[in-house]
Amino acid sequence: MSGPLQIAGRTFTSRLILGTGGFPSLDLLAAAIDATKTEMVTVALRRVDAASRDGLVGVLDEAGVQVLPNTAGCFTARDAVLTAKLAREAFETDWVKLEVIGDERTLLPDAPELLVAAEELIDDGFTVLPYTNDDPILAKRLEDAGCAAVMPLGSPIGSGMGIRNPYNIALIVEQARVPVILDAGVGTASDAALAMELGCDAILTASAISRAEDPVAMATAIRLATEAGHAARHAGRIPRRLYAEPSTQHAGLPSFG
Amino acid sequence: MITLNGEPAEGGGATVEQLLARLDVPGRGVAVAVDAEVVPKSEWASHVVPEGAHVEVVTAVQGG
Repeated sequence: MSGPLQIAGRTFTSRLILGTGGFPSLDLLAAAIDATKTEMVTVALRRVDAASRDGLVGVLDEAGVQVLPNTAGCFTARDAVLTAKLAREAFETDWVKLEVIGDERTLLPDAPELLVAAEELIDDGFTVLPYTNDDPILAKRLEDAGCAAVMPLGSPIGSGMGIRNPYNIALIVEQARVPVILDAGVGTASDAALAMELGCDAILTASAISRAEDPVAMATAIRLATEAGHAARHAGRIPRRLYAEPSTQHAGLPSFG
Repeated sequence: MITLNGEPAEGGGATVEQLLARLDVPGRGVAVAVDAEVVPKSEWASHVVPEGAHVEVVTAVQGG
């Protein structure tokens, strides 16, 4: 089963989306994009300043990746909607990673504001990929509102705490008719593999790669883990059992008196 | 006076295009909001920024 990943009618060979935040240099970002083999990367919008000519857009163009603008830093639906509209103008894309944050300490989504912003942007023709809590009900509400994917967190942004509630991620996957993208919390390769084994369609990660000691090596590791987890999910794992199940037959066992 | 990216600035009565010429703006990947409304690129040359306006000029940065 399972052909390539499709989001809003667009086909992706890679199941890894890279956040560009946190890379110490554009050269490392370019090398990490290459190592992940990703086809889509997120960017944020900020006021122009002296560093604005540093060539981020050029690096992404060169890499040939689709730009997915985010609304990072927005605390209200109003700000997120306006930021998405600015991003549409700046990058000529109606795709948006919608983030509406409720709290600076945890950076957890503000669910009511998120839903309001998603509805407003969808009405305005946006392709909305919401960063959401690992809440199956909210994920369903976002899907019903017309979001092109749902992106539940594994744990808070940048925490590297992995998937704190695999049960909820599995519930979200089970009910979703749009792609489920595990967004936030991946700390290392095994977290990405677990997300895929739980049935997620893709992974979005930034810090796990950009803040690793060797970002390019971690980019490769997380790519391989994402592929391995996806393959394992569709290979059909054995059931978990309380007691051992011999893998060697009993019949024909010699008796030594 | 207007507020340009959070700082007081001259420029009431100027067009968006004239304001951008003053900033070191990248050639592309830029968007402008005047009083919380996006001004499309096609209107930069004609859109006059009123006195007292809040202008935000944004571009791409690295971000997750």
